[in-house]
Amino acid sequence: MSARENILARIRSANKTGKVSDVIGGSAADRLTSSPISPIPDLTGNVTDRFKQRCEDAASTLDEVHQMEDVPKAVSRYLTEKELPMSLVCWPEFKNLSWSESNIQFESRGAIGDDKVGLTGSYCAVAETGTLVLLSGQDHHATTSLLPETHIAVVRRDRILKTMEEAWQLMRSEVGLLPRQVAFISGPSRTADIEMTLVYGAHGPFRVHVILVDQ
Amino acid sequence: MEITSQDFKAVSSAKLKDEKLQKALFQAKDGFVVSRAKVVKELDNFEAIRQAASDVRDHCLAHLDEYLEAWESRAQAAGTIVHWAESYEELNAIVVKIAQDNRVKKIIKSKSMVGEETGLNEYVEGHGIEVKETDLGEYIIQQAGEHPSHIIAPATHKSKEDVSELFAKKHDRPRLEDAEKLTHEAREILRPHFLDADMGITGANFMIAETGSTVIVTNEGNGRMTTTMPRVHVAISSIEKCIPTLDDFALMMRLLPRSATGQVISNYVSMTTGPKRNEDLDGPGEFHVIILDVGRTRVLGSELREALRCIRCGACMNHCPVYQNVGGHAYGWVYPGPIGSVLTPAYNGLENAIDLPNAATLCNQCGVVCPVKIPLPDLMRKLREKQYEKNLKSKTEKWSLKVWAYVATRPKIYSMVTRVMARAGKIVGGNSGRIRKMIFAGQDWTKHRDLPTPRGRTFRDIYLNSKKINKG
Repeated sequence: MSARENILARIRSANKTGKVSDVIGGSAADRLTSSPISPIPDLTGNVTDRFKQRCEDAASTLDEVHQMEDVPKAVSRYLTEKELPMSLVCWPEFKNLSWSESNIQFESRGAIGDDKVGLTGSYCAVAETGTLVLLSGQDHHATTSLLPETHIAVVRRDRILKTMEEAWQLMRSEVGLLPRQVAFISGPSRTADIEMTLVYGAHGPFRVHVILVDQ
Repeated sequence: MEITSQDFKAVSSAKLKDEKLQKALFQAKDGFVVSRAKVVKELDNFEAIRQAASDVRDHCLAHLDEYLEAWESRAQAAGTIVHWAESYEELNAIVVKIAQDNRVKKIIKSKSMVGEETGLNEYVEGHGIEVKETDLGEYIIQQAGEHPSHIIAPATHKSKEDVSELFAKKHDRPRLEDAEKLTHEAREILRPHFLDADMGITGANFMIAETGSTVIVTNEGNGRMTTTMPRVHVAISSIEKCIPTLDDFALMMRLLPRSATGQVISNYVSMTTGPKRNEDLDGPGEFHVIILDVGRTRVLGSELREALRCIRCGACMNHCPVYQNVGGHAYGWVYPGPIGSVLTPAYNGLENAIDLPNAATLCNQCGVVCPVKIPLPDLMRKLREKQYEKNLKSKTEKWSLKVWAYVATRPKIYSMVTRVMARAGKIVGGNSGRIRKMIFAGQDWTKHRDLPTPRGRTFRDIYLNSKKINKG
């Protein structure tokens, strides 16, 4: 018998002899199809306000613009303020924005070791935790939000959801099979592994800047 | 990993006298306990969420075979190559085989406690393949040639000075003094390895049956790097990590970061479903998951079953007065603290970890903070009973307990004996108020502490007397 068969057989026999407790009941197949929602905390109040507050708690910074065309200006504002280089790599969906008007050099490609700023979109965002949800896939380099020291993410206001459960619901209806990677990003990379001292920029970005777009 | 839990008494005595360790433990304790309390208070229905998570974990275990099969078929449909392992050697050999088949020279690794169990790094390095730990804490202890002392903060026993010295020596660079500079030096050193490693190894906090996915939860981003940059990704996990649905995962995520580090969510939650797709621009071309069962099914069929609910947050150790004073290494295996006191004997045999179930005051702090309501003191008590049944206790201890049981179940004799002892104690203690040395079984007890002198009357006497007065 293979390791797989042995292990499954041992589980079955343990569940026959062991003190099984299952107050939820029902079969595995039932739960997999119905996917019931467990208790969630009270999240009343404005979703965008909560998202903004939680972003701040997670040490992300935030800006708001009316429309997609305003994004280069917002990026320029941010890069100037932080004294960062005026050049970036971005997801292809942003390549047609008027970058030259804002004096920003851009390249539409994945990030490599030395790129300083990466610009991505986001599939949706979660207000409960101030989280960006990025899906891998066509035109979505994972490296853009990972290798550069600064990650700028564009989030559409109508894509801010209350909870992770709502994000799954949206993905089930819009995406179907999950992409290779679903990345939940909540603020810049950090560690406290040396004497519990909080340090940003452990391996991922030092800074995460969110640009909220109205329409 | 070799088990040294038999030395618990000797090692913990030494750790109590280790000033550097005591300082580090004190710092860590405040950080985790205070921040957890703060974020738990923010939730209006924390207890309901905690109960739901406990119920979901029980339900998973009751249908574990079905959920694992569902997970496997969906993972395979997404292109994941699934392996099963029944021993540490088997898991390690599968990893090396995958590495050799793919002509791998360098591996980057994100933290995995299962990997600590199997002694994966030593094994892989023994086959001439380089392994780099990338979680900062794991990197520090790998450089120092040590093992983690905490499941979330592996280098919590190290001071900043220790790290300064270690990095200066290992990196051959000028000594740095502050945590930020040290962290960024490690970033600089490790970055090229992320970019040119052939294979990435991660653990898996959860396996999600609904989608055949694995998830890792990190703050540093090293986990996302490890699952994205190399051409092969291997995730190692164990059978009990399987949960039913994405919504069940959302539930667990309200508890895991809060209980572990006092965060609302960890910075990076990365869910992987299969290897790079045709349309993808990056990601590994091959994705393997190895599912381990060493000890788990035995625990599933035993009275310690509830221990398998564990989601590895570390809250039980953070809140344990014994762990807070002796640190993780004293426990002598991968999992320290109360959960370690249960899992170590459960996986490795009670006779190999005889002191661990006793390394607790049964104060139930661990039971109160456990996000999935594992009754840790009850499980330790069950193990203590097992020790007695299996004759693993010393003769003195067994006889003392027998005498105690005889006396305690006979009220008249109990009353007489306690009266005699209360009076004798008063005479022996005299005016000092303390008995510094007891005899027989009491010898060990007074080795490290004094016994306050009895006042000469027993509680029962005083109680009876007060009743008489009240009636009168």
